[in-house]
Order: sequence, then C-alpha cells, then structure tokens
Amino acid sequence: MAKVKGTIVVDIEKCKGCEICVTACPTSVISMSVEVNGKGYPYAYLNDPDGCTGCSNCAIVCPDGVITVYRQKIG
Amino acid sequence: MAEKVVNQEMIKPENLVYQKTKVLNDNVMHYCPGCGHGTAHRIIAEVIEEMDIQSEIIGIAPVGCSVLMYNYFNVDMQEAAHGRAPAVGTAVKRLLPEKFVFTYQGDGDLAAIGTAETIHACNRGENITMFFINNGIYGMTGGQMAPTTLEGMKSSTSPYGRDIPMMGNPLKMTELVAQLPGTCYVTRQAVHDPSHVRKTKKAVRKALEYQKKNMGTSFIEIVSNCNSGWKMAPVEANNWMVENMFPFFPLGDLKVPEEK
Repeated sequence: MAKVKGTIVVDIEKCKGCEICVTACPTSVISMSVEVNGKGYPYAYLNDPDGCTGCSNCAIVCPDGVITVYRQKIG
Repeated sequence: MAEKVVNQEMIKPENLVYQKTKVLNDNVMHYCPGCGHGTAHRIIAEVIEEMDIQSEIIGIAPVGCSVLMYNYFNVDMQEAAHGRAPAVGTAVKRLLPEKFVFTYQGDGDLAAIGTAETIHACNRGENITMFFINNGIYGMTGGQMAPTTLEGMKSSTSPYGRDIPMMGNPLKMTELVAQLPGTCYVTRQAVHDPSHVRKTKKAVRKALEYQKKNMGTSFIEIVSNCNSGWKMAPVEANNWMVENMFPFFPLGDLKVPEEK
C-alpha cells in the first residue's frame, strides 16, 4: 500500500483559534499554539509532521478557511 | 519557537489538495471564532467555483450577523432590508432570469421579520435558492430570543429559559415551507463536522442545479452554532448543538423533486 503523507499550512494571522480543526483531525496531529498571533488568538499548527495524512478534514471545517492542505504519495 | 510550517519540501503546487476558494476574497471575516457562517460562506463559494458560475450568480445579503457578507464574496451582491431578501431575490430573478440568484439569511431575518416574504416567495415558487442559517438566537444584537429558540433555552431576553405558555413555540420554518407547492427542494443540514460539511456542499450543489432547471424554490436550512450568544466555547457549542438542536431540528431532506 502506498503511503500517503500530508502537511498543512495555516495562515497564522487569520486563524481565530476556535479549535474546531483540532477535534476534526482523525489522527490528532493539530494543536493550538501557546503564543498568540497579532489579534491575540492562539493559532493551530501541525504538531507531528509524520502523522498528517492530508485528508483535508481540518480545512473543510475551518470557518475562516485558513488551512491549505498538501499531500504526497511516498514509496 | 521555531517556524511552525513543517514538511517544507511537500509544499508544491502539484501536491496541493485543498485551498481556500478564489470566490471568497482575502478579507478577514468579522464572525466570532468558530461561527458556522464562515463555513457556510465557504461551501457556497466552493460550489460556485465548481459550477463555474461566478459571473452569473447574484447573492442577496441579509441583515444580521451576515450583513457584511458582500465584503467576502467575489460575486455580485445586493443588500436587502431586514427580512426582505426573498422579495429582492424575486425582483432580481424576474428581471434577470438567466442569472442564478441566492439569498442568505439568519433565523432572526428569515423566520421573524421576514416570515411573510419567505412563505410567499416559496409559495409563488420563485426560482431562487434560499439559505437559512438557524442558530436559534439573535446573534448580532446580543443573544435575544428568536422564533427558533428551543424550549427551555436561555437567551438574554429569556434568562430562565424559553417558557412555552408565555413565549410560544419554536418555529420550524423548513417544515413549513416544505408543505408549499412552490418549493422543489427543501433540506436541513449542518456544518459542524467534516461529514456534514460534505453533505451540505452536495445539497448546495443540488439546489443550484435545480435552479438551473427552473424547478422552483430550493430551500436549505443550515443548523449552526452561535457560541457567543450561547456563551460557550466553539467546540462545546457544537456539542451542545448536536445534543439539543438536532433532536428538535432533525437533519435530512424534507422534500426532493422526482427525477425526470
């Protein structure tokens, strides 16, 4: 089975820290940052680069559309 | 702390699987964190992009939290007076019948002050698509009780919970318009988790396809959260919605046209 690896890019300044992507992530690899962005919100980030499968669940539930998803087949 | 972007080598255009649609512009939405309006806007915009009708669609903005939605869509928009979006949508569609027309309203707009316009537009079978965002509260003005507020639900004007003998019953707008002969497609959806977002997107696509075939009014209710009005964290508000809103507002299609 070809392995799929993914990654996300979060537009940090537009993220409002609602954490809906954290609950939507099936592999639980999204966390909220400790530091805050320019508006004072903690923002989402990928905490485990190897865990993301690029399923884009986080991106389609993001109310502000700040997540961009990339996916690549490995092997 | 280090830069949070990981797997830098994967970030190439050929690996892209999802990005924000170009039908929405780069303005930051004014909605509260976790508000369902943002997701609803995005899936409507994605369907517009998929159907390639960006230059042929006209949106009617309501009054309520989404009053500034014309700031976010890269399509032609017209603002309507409070509750009058179906009437304005009727006019636009009759003058420009070859264009697609959608209205987008909250529950204070569509189910309270705009009840008459909604029911009559649906009864006439105006060939428009209506989006109804139901969060059971007047979000913009400070969480007052709306017609769709659930029994026992607390709001700033029903601090002890909605009392049915005193304040009346919650209104099920979608069930009401499903009975009217003018509507072709009536459905209730939600946008709180990935599977429901996908289902809602399919419903939006169907509704616009039916409009293309001149089949009558299509009406999509999206049950949404209002975490500021409900005074909850976004994820908690979504869980509350699943436990309390869905039993009273069950999801699914109420009316589907027969395939010809």
